[in-house]
This record gives sequence, C-alpha cells and structure tokens, in this order.
Amino acid sequence: MKARQIMRAPIISKTLAGLAVLLAAGLCQAAELSVADLMQMLGQKKSGTATFVEKKYIAMLKQPLESSGELAFTAPDRLEKRTLKPKPESVVLEGSKLMLERSDGRRMTVALSDRPEVAAFVESIRATLSGDRGALERFYTVALSGAAEKWQMNLTPIQPRMQKVVSQIRIAGSQAQVRTIEFQQADGDRSEMVITSTSAK
Amino acid sequence: MKSRHNKLALFVWLAVMLASVLVIAQTRFVADLSAFMPKVPSARQQMLIDQLRDGAIARIVLVGIEGGDEAERGRLSRLLVSRLAHNPRFTSVQNGDSKTQQRDQLYFFNNRYLLSPAVTPERFSVAGLRTAIQDTLDAMSGDVGLVVKKILPRDPTGETLQIVDQFIGESQPRSSNDIWVSRDGKRAVLLLQLAESGLNTDAQATALDDVRQAFASLPQRHADTRLVMSGTSVMSVASRDTIKSEVERLATLGTVLVVALLLLVYRSLPLLLLGLIPVVSGALVGIASVSLGFGHVHGLTLGFGTTLIGEAVDYSIYLFIQRAGGNEPGHFWRTIRLGVLTSITGFAALMCSSFPGLSQLGLYSISGLVTAALVTRYILPGLMPARLNLRDLSGPGLMLQKGLDFLTRMRWVMAVVLLAAVAVLVFHQQDIWSRQLNALSSISKGQNKLDAELRGDLGGNDMRYVASFSAPDQESALQLAERSRRVLQDLVRQRVIGGFHTPDELLPSQASQRARQAALPTVVEARQRLVQALDGMPLQADRLEDFLADVVRSRAQPLLSRQSLQGSAANVLLDSMLIKRPNGYLVLMPLQPIGEGAKGGEIALDKVRATLERQQLGQVTVIDLLEETTAIFDSYTHEALVFSSLGSLAILLLLGFTCGWMQAVRVTIPLGCAVLCVVAIFDACGIQLTILHLVGLLLVVAIGSNYALFFANKQQLGSEAEQRQVEVSLVVANLATVTSFGLLGTSSVPVLSFIGSTVAIGALLALVFSAMMARIHPRAHHS
Repeated sequence: MKARQIMRAPIISKTLAGLAVLLAAGLCQAAELSVADLMQMLGQKKSGTATFVEKKYIAMLKQPLESSGELAFTAPDRLEKRTLKPKPESVVLEGSKLMLERSDGRRMTVALSDRPEVAAFVESIRATLSGDRGALERFYTVALSGAAEKWQMNLTPIQPRMQKVVSQIRIAGSQAQVRTIEFQQADGDRSEMVITSTSAK
Repeated sequence: MKSRHNKLALFVWLAVMLASVLVIAQTRFVADLSAFMPKVPSARQQMLIDQLRDGAIARIVLVGIEGGDEAERGRLSRLLVSRLAHNPRFTSVQNGDSKTQQRDQLYFFNNRYLLSPAVTPERFSVAGLRTAIQDTLDAMSGDVGLVVKKILPRDPTGETLQIVDQFIGESQPRSSNDIWVSRDGKRAVLLLQLAESGLNTDAQATALDDVRQAFASLPQRHADTRLVMSGTSVMSVASRDTIKSEVERLATLGTVLVVALLLLVYRSLPLLLLGLIPVVSGALVGIASVSLGFGHVHGLTLGFGTTLIGEAVDYSIYLFIQRAGGNEPGHFWRTIRLGVLTSITGFAALMCSSFPGLSQLGLYSISGLVTAALVTRYILPGLMPARLNLRDLSGPGLMLQKGLDFLTRMRWVMAVVLLAAVAVLVFHQQDIWSRQLNALSSISKGQNKLDAELRGDLGGNDMRYVASFSAPDQESALQLAERSRRVLQDLVRQRVIGGFHTPDELLPSQASQRARQAALPTVVEARQRLVQALDGMPLQADRLEDFLADVVRSRAQPLLSRQSLQGSAANVLLDSMLIKRPNGYLVLMPLQPIGEGAKGGEIALDKVRATLERQQLGQVTVIDLLEETTAIFDSYTHEALVFSSLGSLAILLLLGFTCGWMQAVRVTIPLGCAVLCVVAIFDACGIQLTILHLVGLLLVVAIGSNYALFFANKQQLGSEAEQRQVEVSLVVANLATVTSFGLLGTSSVPVLSFIGSTVAIGALLALVFSAMMARIHPRAHHS
C-alpha cells in the first residue's frame, strides 16, 4: 500500500517545486531601497487580484510556451493561481496545504510539511507577498537593487536540492506592485510571468 | 462385588487417562487470536478478512528508528537496509533511498508503452500524435511544467503522465536526506515485506527477531537510538507471545493458589493429592476432547483450564468435607449431579457459539467437568482412607454460620442492592454493549498508537473499502481488473470515489500489453507521422530521435511479467492486490473516499455497486470492512445474548423439574440478582460489555446455581453440625472458584480477563445472595 508512493515521490515533488515557483505572483506594496522597507510595504497588503501572462523559454522548443490566467492573494497565507489558457487548472495554497485541481476535475492535496523543498519554494513566495523577511531569508539569499519606483529583488536558493532546479528567482516591481517574476532554471531554461493588478486592498 | 466395581472403575479411568495423554501428545496447539474472532457468514467476506490477517498485507512490517539525531538515524536506516537486503526472510526492504526509487521509476518509464492505458492505434496516428504532443506542451506550460519538460524528448505523447496520473492524490512518505522520515521528522521509517505468510507465525517471529538483532548489532550505534515495529505480523507475534506467557503464568499461579487453599483447609498432603485427581483427569480429558473435536487446541482454551481447576476441585471439596462430617452420600450425590447438570447446560450453550474459541471452551468444560464429577463419584471414594483425618472445621464452621445467619437476616440488603443496580442501569446513559471488534484484541493502546503513527508516516491509509473478485488465473484476473478500472475511473470523475488502485496499473494483462505493442507504429511510420503531426508546432521532429528509438524498442520488448517487478517497491503493492490462492487468484482493489466534506470519509457503496452491475461487473464485490466487522460483531453479540438466555432458561427448567418450582425460584432469584449487579458494576465503572462478558454471566449462572442448590436443598439438612459442614465446603469451593477466575481477571489478554473478572465477581455475589435468599434458616427449620 505504501509502495505506490515511492515512484511518484520525486516526480511529484519536482512537479510541486516547479509549480510553487510559478506561484510567485502577487500584488504587493511599495518599498524603498532597503529589504526591510520593501518587506514592510509589501506586508501592508491585505488582498488583491491580478491577471498574469507567463512565457516559458525552453531550449527544445522554437517558440516560448504561453499561458495566462488569474491570481488572487489574501493575507496572510492564501494564494490562488487560476490558469485559463491553454488548459484550465488551478492551484490553491492555503496555510500549509497546497491543492491542485486539473481540467478533468481531479484534485490532489499536498501537505507542505511533507515536502520540505516544496515548502521552501512556496514559503518564500508567500513570504514575499506577505512581507515576511524572516521566512524568505530562511531559504534564500536576498539581494535588492533599484529604487522604490522600480525595484528588483534577486533570490538565490540556499538549499542544494533547490539549486539543482532553480538557480535564481528575480522579482521586479514598482512601489507595492509586483510586476514580473522570473525563474532562471538550472538547465538554462527560464520562465517569465508578467502580472497586471486588477484590484488591491 | 463393590470392590470389583471399584477395580473396573479404576481400570476404565486409567485407560481413559492413558488415551487422553496419547491424544494430547499428538495435539497441535495454536495461540493466535483468530479463534476468538467471529467467523464471517459469507465465504467471500471471510476470504477478505483472512487476506487482511494472513495475506500479503499482513506481510508488511512498518519499522521506525527513533532517538539520536537525524544523521545517526539516517546512517542506521541505510545500514539496516544493507543488512537485511539479502536476508531470504524478506522479499522487500525499503527505506525510500534513491536507489530503490530509481528502480521503480525506471520500471515505469522504460515500460511506459506497455503500461500506459492510453496507448492505442489512434494515439499513434498523425492526428493522435498531434493531440497527444499538444497536450504535453500544454501541460508543460502549466503548473507541472518542470517535470513534463524533462520527459519531453523521450516521451512527447506523455505516457509517463498517464501512468503517474493513476497515482495522483495519494499521501506519500516524507523524505529527508534521501530516506523516508516520519511526519514530525523525528523517526526514520522503513518498509519491510516478509517472505512468510501470516499463517506461519513462527517464521514471522524469526524474521522480526532478525530485524531486532540486525539493528542491535549495527556498528557504533548510539545507545539512545531504538527500533520500533508495527504491522499485522508484529501484532500477531506479540499477542501470541502474550497468550503463551499468560497461559503459563495463569496455570502455574492457579495451581499454586488452589493447592494453598486446599492445604489450608485439609492440612493433609494425601487429601490434597486425592483432591487434585478429578481436576487433572478433567483437564486431560478436556484437552483431548477438544483436540479430537477441533483438530487443534487453542492456547486460550488452556488458559481457561485454570478455571476448570476452580470448578472441578469443588466436587472433591464437597465430598471430603461432607464425608468427614458423616453426611448421607445419597442426597449428596443427587445435589452434585444437579450441579454438574446445570453447569453442563450452561457450557452447552457456549458450544453453539459461532466463535470457534468459545465452542472449544464449551466442549473443554463439559468433558472436563463430567470427567471430574465421575472421577469424584466413582474413583475417589475407593481411594479415600476409610477414616478421613480432616482437621476439625467446627471452629471456623461456627464462625461461618454466624456470618451466614447475619447475611440471612440482612436479606433486605439484597433489595437495596438490586434497586441500586437497576438505578445505575437506567440512569447511566452509556451503551452497555461495546461495538468495537478490537475490544477483544490483546494489542496495547501504545502499540495501536505506534501502528497508526507509522501508517501515517508511510502514507498508507486504512484499508476500509475494497472492491474484489476472484479469477481462475492471473491473465483473466488482470483482464477483469482492467475492465473494473475503466468503471472505477468513471466513478472518480463523478466524484463517487476519491481514488482507487488496480493491479493492472502495475502489471497489465498480456492481452493489453500485446494490443499496446501492436498499436505502436514501425520506425518508418512513426518518423513520417511525427513530421506531419509536428507541422506548425514549436517542436521539431529531429529533436525526438530518442522517442522513436524507445517506440521501436517497446514494439519488440518481451512482455512484462511479475518477475519484471522483482525488487521494486511497486512489487509490494502488486502483491497486496493480486494474490495467488490455491485455486486461482484473488484481486483486492482498495477504494479511497473523496476525503472532503461532512461525509468525505465515506463511500456511497450502493452507487459503486449499481455502476459495476450496469457494466456487467456484478462479480466484483464491494465491501466496507469497518461496517462489515461491526455488523458481524453486533450479530454475534445478539447471538450470544440469545444463547445465554436460552442457557439460563434451560438451567431454570432443569431446576424446576428436578426440585420443584418453589425451589427453582428460590435458587433463581439470587442468581438473577448476581447477574444484574455484575452488569451494573461494570456499567458504573464505564466498562462496556462484550460477548465474553456475556459468556462470563452465563458461567455465573451455571456455577452459582451449585451454591444456591446446596443451600436450598432440604434433604441435606440434618443437624446443625452437618449444615455447618455443607456451608464450610460451599465457602471453600466458592473461594477456589473466585480465586481461579479472579486470577484470570488479572490477565493482560482481554479474552481471559473479561470472563475472569465477570465470573469472579458474579460467583462471589451469587454465594452471598444465595446465603441471603435460598438458605433455609436453621432456627426456622427447627421451630
């Protein structure tokens, strides 16, 4: 009965890892040059919705793959990514649970505590959105550049396990708005998500 | 004449004893608890429950390593795996390391074209390829993109995803530093599969010992690290060991206590030995009869042997004490005969029970008691010295009489106690019947908690809902499983069930494998179609040479068999779903509930059944094991209630016919009160009654009637001195019974302790109430 998990464990964990990276979406608030100030501004956000367009640049493919949909964040710990194109699917992160629902209606739930590496991804993204610097720095080396009007935060994974998948996450924004999230993958491929805020509180 | 009779009796007795010893020498003794689990009415349900108890699932051992730090636990986990990996007593040893995981991944990835249910000729046409590849690209753009990207060059149609799909929604063991750890991370966990089935408890015990020894001898092991194990085999070995040691302890202690009691009363070694003759004879004949009747003797039946000591010794106690008082034997034997008859009536009711253990107990007690009574009647008098040098019991006798007189005057107390008992039963709202099957299991709470924890750690859920069928051979079993899978998939889509597993996910039928091979195109066809299919897509055909190579290889590869899975974790899963039986195969397909909402933990089985029926899959049975076992248990409690009531009624009728209805009522009232009070005491203590308590109550009636009979028997009353003898013998006999059953009550095996405590309390109360009620007050008699 237990054996069935064995083969899936790495596949799914990597799935989730990838997934969690893609969750990096948000509609947050402004900052100045220091990480502390940025976090403080981001932390004031209570909730927000946005649309996203994501492009994946993959070496094997001639053109990037594009997907789009909606994002919703509710402080302190709920994040939803609803992909509408090309295939409807959704991911909801709530508390320590990650729920996936696919177009055929099948669902799966993952407890973050069971998957430390997924937790690293997810926790860091959520930490960014809720301005939780401590949580962020547990998993990443944080480097901030630019001004409040146009800032860029580079996250470099600390865990070797994660370094094998993602070499860097670049989050750029203006004031309290996160505009783009870019994932530089270890194999050279990358993805870029452009976020347009539709409402924020 | 008389002496010739005696000689004949002696000869018969010796012959029977010899025969019994011979039978016992050939007897197989068993000690698992299954005899005290109800037999299930339908053969299929029995088969399922047997599977869970003895089958592949029961071969799984969950192991945890605790203490030390994470690095140390990880080191020990790896070392333990390397120690046990080549031990033939284990068919699988896993700790979640990447080596084993890779073996499983490779099995699924390399054989994906034979394993994927999606492989059809249409899928490998131009249109089919285009759709499949587009789906894969869509998946790549979505949330699981990172994984899909990896398989794209070799698996652009996403067959691996189709296979992985079947496993989505399962909880998985948590990994840390490449090995499985518990949810809280404080324990390294491993999964073992034993080679021997649950039927061979000895072999399982040896294998479990191997694990313990291997762990104990790991080099440089920190002293504070420890090994914990759970699983059906661990529990059955543990409960067997408990039963073994309990039976030994009880037999020894019971003998010592009764011997001490008799020595105290008799103060004579010859009398003591004589007194034990009926007991030993009864025990030997009892064991031999069970052996002949059932083919084996359960250890617990032996455990009850101590109680037989308590009852059988009564007869010789009555005989010696009353003989020493010079009582008229004729009346005496009549009372004994009646006592034996009432006891037999009670035990005969046990023989009708559907619990094999209880019917063994019934046969054992009946044959044992009859033998003890016959030996007391026909052998003992001949062996007894003409003049019994029993110590003078008139001193204690007088004191006892005063006490009993007092009790008789306190008759009103009985009414009060009775009222109190009724009040407890009426006002205490708890259900007096326990519906928990595991109330009878001798597994400790701590062990159960550990079991639940380890199961949680390894991500296994309780096997509650099972769809199952049997088939004559493996191929037809797998084909039927494939048909069932399609129906179950629909049920998942309709959200009737949350998930399921079928054996063909791991090993498709040969027919399906061949059909899938036939569906794969040749390399020339494939290349051609691929170029057309990829027209206008962001992927180029020349990037997919590895894919073409894999398709070509899969077309010609040997079909998968059970051997292909050897050594993989998937094999453990397959073993639990595709089970070889003497005449065919049994397939167990676990169903998972939706797991959300108020009734998320339950499956509407009628819907599942109806759907299967509609799809001509009526031979697939779906059962809820929890409900099934609870219902069975209820029906057996009901059955026990009926046979206990009938047994009690039979005893009452017997008394009525032999000594008149007034007498019968006098005897019955104290017994009824004793039973009611025992129930009230348990209820007040918050103990829920099980079928075994009920059996205990029946024994209270059967044994207690002896006391009441002696008290109430008019013919036996002679002088006050004679009555004192009767009373002393009654009290001594009662003490022997209460002692032996009370001892049983202290057992850690619930089966023994439930009956023991019930009878010990009940027998004592029966004596007191009989003294109050049934006893004819001497002064009243003389006036």
